[in-house]
Amino acid sequence: MNLEIILHAGLATGTILLFAAIGEIFSERAGILNLGVEGMMLLGAMAGFSTSLATGNAWVGLIVAMLAGGILSLAHGLVTIHLQADQVVSGLSLTFLGTGLALVLGEGLTGQHPPTIPIVDIPLLSQIPFLGKVFFSEHSLLVYVGYIFAPLTAYYIYKTRPGMHLRAVGEKPSAADTLGISVYGVRYFYTFVGGMLAGLAGATISLAITPGWYSTQTTSGQGWIAVGLVIFAQWNPMRAAFGGYLFGMLRRFILDLQGPAVLFGIANPLYVNSNYGFFLQMMPFVLTIVALIWGSRAATKKRLGAPAALGVPYIRGERGL
Amino acid sequence: MNLPYTVIFEKRTEDYPKWLPAVTSLASVIVAFIISGIVLKMIGGDPILVLKFFFSATFGSWAVFSDTMVKATPLIMVGLACAVAFKMKLWNIGAEGQFYMGAFFSSLVVLIPMVNLETTPKFIVIALMVIMGMIGGAIWGFIPGYLKAKYQVNEIIITLMLNYVALYWNNFWIFDKWSDAGFQMTPQFEKVAWLPRLSDLAKEYKAFSGITLHLGVVFGIIAAIIIWWILERSHWGYEIKLIGDNPQAARYAGLNITKNLVLVMMLSGALAGLAGMSEISGVVHRLQEKISPGYGFTGIIVAWLAKLNPFAVIIVSILFGALIIAGRQIQPSGIANLLQGIILFMVISSDVLLRYKIRIIRLEQEA
Amino acid sequence: MTSSPPSHAVEMKDIVIRFPGVLANDRVNLTLKHGEIHALLGENGAGKSTLMSALAGLYKPSSGTMRVHGELVDFNSPKDAIAKGIGMVYQHFMLVPTQTVTENILLGLNEPKFFMDLPKYDQKIRDLQDQFGLRVDPTMKVWQLSVGEQQRVEILKTLYRGADVLIMDEPTAVLAPQEIDELMNTMRSMTKQGKSIIFISHKLNEVTAVADRLTVLRKGVATAEGMDIEGLTGEKLAELMVGRKVIFRVEKKEQEPGDVVLDLREISAQNNKGVRALNKLSLKVHQGEILGIAGVAGNGQSELAEVITGMRGCEGSILINGEDVANTEPSAAIARGVAHIPEDRTGVGSAPNMTITENTIMKNYRDQPIGNKWSINFTEARDHARGLKDAYDILAPNVRTMARKLSGGNLQKVILAREITTNPKLMVAMQPTRGLDVGAIESIQRLLLEQREAGTAILLISEELEELLTLSDRIAVLHEGKVMGIMDAENADVKEIGLMMTGTKRSDA
Repeated sequence: MNLEIILHAGLATGTILLFAAIGEIFSERAGILNLGVEGMMLLGAMAGFSTSLATGNAWVGLIVAMLAGGILSLAHGLVTIHLQADQVVSGLSLTFLGTGLALVLGEGLTGQHPPTIPIVDIPLLSQIPFLGKVFFSEHSLLVYVGYIFAPLTAYYIYKTRPGMHLRAVGEKPSAADTLGISVYGVRYFYTFVGGMLAGLAGATISLAITPGWYSTQTTSGQGWIAVGLVIFAQWNPMRAAFGGYLFGMLRRFILDLQGPAVLFGIANPLYVNSNYGFFLQMMPFVLTIVALIWGSRAATKKRLGAPAALGVPYIRGERGL
Repeated sequence: MNLPYTVIFEKRTEDYPKWLPAVTSLASVIVAFIISGIVLKMIGGDPILVLKFFFSATFGSWAVFSDTMVKATPLIMVGLACAVAFKMKLWNIGAEGQFYMGAFFSSLVVLIPMVNLETTPKFIVIALMVIMGMIGGAIWGFIPGYLKAKYQVNEIIITLMLNYVALYWNNFWIFDKWSDAGFQMTPQFEKVAWLPRLSDLAKEYKAFSGITLHLGVVFGIIAAIIIWWILERSHWGYEIKLIGDNPQAARYAGLNITKNLVLVMMLSGALAGLAGMSEISGVVHRLQEKISPGYGFTGIIVAWLAKLNPFAVIIVSILFGALIIAGRQIQPSGIANLLQGIILFMVISSDVLLRYKIRIIRLEQEA
Repeated sequence: MTSSPPSHAVEMKDIVIRFPGVLANDRVNLTLKHGEIHALLGENGAGKSTLMSALAGLYKPSSGTMRVHGELVDFNSPKDAIAKGIGMVYQHFMLVPTQTVTENILLGLNEPKFFMDLPKYDQKIRDLQDQFGLRVDPTMKVWQLSVGEQQRVEILKTLYRGADVLIMDEPTAVLAPQEIDELMNTMRSMTKQGKSIIFISHKLNEVTAVADRLTVLRKGVATAEGMDIEGLTGEKLAELMVGRKVIFRVEKKEQEPGDVVLDLREISAQNNKGVRALNKLSLKVHQGEILGIAGVAGNGQSELAEVITGMRGCEGSILINGEDVANTEPSAAIARGVAHIPEDRTGVGSAPNMTITENTIMKNYRDQPIGNKWSINFTEARDHARGLKDAYDILAPNVRTMARKLSGGNLQKVILAREITTNPKLMVAMQPTRGLDVGAIESIQRLLLEQREAGTAILLISEELEELLTLSDRIAVLHEGKVMGIMDAENADVKEIGLMMTGTKRSDA
C-alpha cells in the first residue's frame, strides 16, 4: 500500500477517463447526448491496436483510433441531428455497433504485441522528491498530454469565441441560429470531436496504459463511467480530469487492498478469502453511483445543470420561433 | 444527370398510417441483415450459406424451433420489462442486472434452502421461486427508481452500474459459499426446482422426447397479456403513458410522478427478474456465472423494435431467439452483436418516417 | 434613362411562403420607406411573423422578390440578412440565459475573433446604450434580468450589428403602459437617427399611436398595403384586420356575485430563481364573478396560479370554500373543485402525442362511466370526447387525432372543455386567449362568461388589459407579488391601472 504507487497509477488510468469524459463534455455542451462512448472506446482500442500492429507505428494507430471513433459518432450525429431520433436509443445502438465492430474486426488480436506509446520521464521535473516521482516519471506520453489537455479545453470552452458559440448552441440553439450560427454544423462538429476523443481514450488503454487487446474486457465499463463522470464534473473539463484521476486512484487503492496480510493493524479479510475481491471489483461502479448522487444534489443546490438543450433535437419553428 | 424529379421530406400534417410502424420495423431488420451480409462478405464469409444455415438452425425442425423458443422465453420478459419502462421514458438499461438478481434470489429457495426440498410439493417450490425472482428484480429496479425520484439522478448510468454490481455479487456467491467443489457454479438443483418441460412428457408422447421447451414461455405469454392490459386498459397504464408523454401535464393533472417512477421501475425489474428465474429453473438448473448472453441489452432492442407493443415483443423475441441460436455457431462471434446494433440503428433511423413523409415532386420546367 | 427614384429601405414584392398544409403568405407586398415606422398589423396567425422571418433570413419565400436599399437580395441564412442591415427583435427573446448581456450581443460575430476580452466590450456596449438610451448592465447574466431589460438587450443586439432596418415583433406584449410609451419614444428617436422600423402588432391603438403607414394582413393576404395612418378609424382598421367593423363584442350579463369561493390570506412564495414572487398577497373571489389580475409579466402571476392549483408551495393559507389547500399537491386542489387553464397549452395543459380522447379524460378517467375500479372504458371515453368536440365546436378529423396536430384555438377548446366538465367551483385561467385568432378568442371568452353565469368563480390572469376590462367584474393589479389595488372593471381608469402595474401607485381599495 504505497501512496506514491497509488497516485501514480491513478494519474495513468485517470487519463483514459479524462479523454473520454472531455469528449463527451464537448458533445453534450453542444446539446447531443452520446451514450455510445463505451462502443467507440472499444472500437478505438481495437483500431489503434491493430493499426499499430500492421504499421509498426503506435502513433499512426492512435490517429486511426481517433478517426474510427469520430466516424462512428457521425452516424449518431446524422440520426439525432438530421433525423431527430431519440438520442438515448441512438447512443445505445452505437454501443452495440462499436462493440460489435470491434469484436468482429478484432478477431485474433489477443496476445499480440504491437508497438506502444513510449513511457518517459520529464527531465528535471522528475527529480522533484515525491511529486516528481508521482507526476513526472515513468508515465506514458499520453498522460503528460492529459495534463495540458484539461486546462486547454477548459480555457477553450469558457474563454474563447468558439467555446462561447458551443455553449450557446447547447443552451439556446434558437438564439444561435437567428444570429447566423449553424446549429447543425456545430453539433456535428462536436459530436465528431467527442467520438474522436472516445477513440483516443480506447487507444490509450490498448496502446499505453494496459497494452493489449482483451476483447470486451479491454474497456470493461469505463466508457459508462466516463459518461457518469461528465455529470459529476458538471460539464467542466477540469473537474472531469480531477474526477478521472480520483477514480483511478481509488481503483488502485482498492486493488492494493487485496495484497497485504495485515491491513491497518487487523488481519486482511481479502488476504484470507480472495473471493471477497469481487466486492472490490464492484467498487468503481458503486463509486460512480455515489458520485452521481452527490453531483445531482450539488447541481440542484446551485441551480446548475446540464446544458438546457441537451437531448432535444433542434427544429427551426414554423410559425416563428 | 439531371432528373426531372426531386425528393423532399415534408412534415406530416395528419397521423401516420397504422401499418407504418410495423413496416419500418420489418424493413429495418431486412436492411440490417443485408448490411451484415455485406460485412460478412468483406471479411471472407459466405452470407447466403449463413442465411440458409440460420433458417435450418432455428426453424428447421420442431427440435430446433423449441431451442429457439427456449432462447426467446427470457427475451419476452426482458423485452416487456424494457417496454414498460420506456413507455414512461424511463431508460432502464439495467435489465441485465435485474435478471441476475432475479436469478440469484430465486436460487436462494434451493440454496439456503428456504423450504424442505424433499417434502414440499413442486408447484409450491416453483411458485416460491417465481415470487423470489420477481422480488429480486424489483429490488434492483427500486434502487434507480428511488434515486431518480429523490435526487433526480439519471437512471441510465445508475441502472448500468448496477448491472456490473449484480454480476460481481452473483460471482461472489458462486465462487465462494455455494460453489460446487471449487467450480464456478452451484451444484445442480434438485428436480423439484426445475420448471416442467415438454420432455417430461416423453413417456406419454414420444414426440416430446428431447424437447426442452419449458413453462417459462407460458410465464412470458401471460406476462405479455397482463402488461398489455395494464398499459392499454387500466388506470395505471394511462398514467404511465401520460407521464411518459408529458410529465408536466401529468403533474398538472394531479398524478404522483415520484410514486410512479418507483413503481414502474420495480415492475420493470420484477419482469426482468422473472426472466432470470425462468432461465435458472427452466434451463440451467443451477446458479452459475454466465446465465445471460446479454439478454438485458437485447431486450432493449426487442422493446424498441416491437415499438413497445407487448404482443409485438413476443414476435420480435422469437426472431432474436433465433439470432442467438444461429449466432452461437456463426463465426466470428461478434457478428451477433453487430447485427443487433445495426437493427437498432436502422429502427431509430426509420422512426423519421413516422414524422415526415417522402414526396417525389416533378420539377417545373422554366419556360 | 431618367434618374431612378430614391430606393426604399425595404421592398418586398409578391411574397409567397408555403408550409406543409398552410399558405402563410399569399403574394404580399410591403414597402418600408427610409426613416419611417411602418406597422404590420393582423390578428394572430395572419402571417405577420412569417413574412418578417423571411426578411430576417430565416425562411426562403417560395416566390417573390426582396430588395434592401434598392438592391435585390436573396437570403440563405440570418447571417446574410444581418449583413445587409436587417435586425430582428423577436417576440420570444433569442437570448442565452446563462450568458451575460455582452456575450449575447457578441454571439455570432467575427470580432473578437478568438480570445474573448469581455471587459473591453462591456464598455463598448455601455457607449452604445448611451447613444440610444437603452440602459442595462452588460455584465449581468440574462436570466437575472427583468423582461423589459431583456428586450433592451434584444434591441441592442441589432443596433450593435449596425442594423438600419429594425423589425420589432410584438414588442409591447410584455410591457406595462408606461414602458410601452417609453418604447415608442425610443423607436421615434431611432428613426430620427436614420433607422427604419417595421413594427408588428395586433393592437390597433398602439399602431395608431406610433406608426406612419401600415400594412394589414388577414389570413396570409394583404388587405391594405402601405396605407397612411392619418385618418384611419378604429372601425376601418378592424375591418381590414378581421373583415368586420368591430372586432367583436361579448355580452356580459349583470349579476350579483355570491359567496366567497377563493380566499387567499397573506400568501408568500418564491419563484424558480429563489426570489420572492408573491409577497403577503391577499385576495377574494366570489361565486359567479370574474376577478381579473392585471400586471406586467413576471410580477407573480405564474406563481399565483401555481400556488392555488397546488403546483407550488407557499406560506399563508389558501381557502377554497373554507378548506385550506395551500402546500398540497395538484390532486388536492382538483379534488376541491379547482380547474386550471394553464399558461402553456402544449407544455403543461396537454399531452401532445396522445389523442383528443386521452386528453379530455385527464381529470375524470377514474369516474363512471369512463372509468371503473381498475380500468378505463375507452368506448365511453370516445363518446364523451365526441360529445365535447361537437359541443365546443372543436375542429379536428376525429377524436383519435393527436393533440399536437390541433391549432392553438382548438387545443385551448379541448382544455377548456375538459376543465369545465369537472364542474369546477373555481377556475384559474392564465392567459387563456394568448396567441389565438379572433374567432378562437371570441369562443374562449364566451365560454368563460358562460361559466361565470353558471356560478363558477373565475380568476382570470391576462396580459391583455382590454380583455380584462371586458370580461372582469373586478380587477386587481399585481406588482412584485403584491396587490396594488382592486377596482370595479366598469369604472376602471386605465391610467391608474398602468401606474399600479409599475408600482407607482397603491390604493387601499
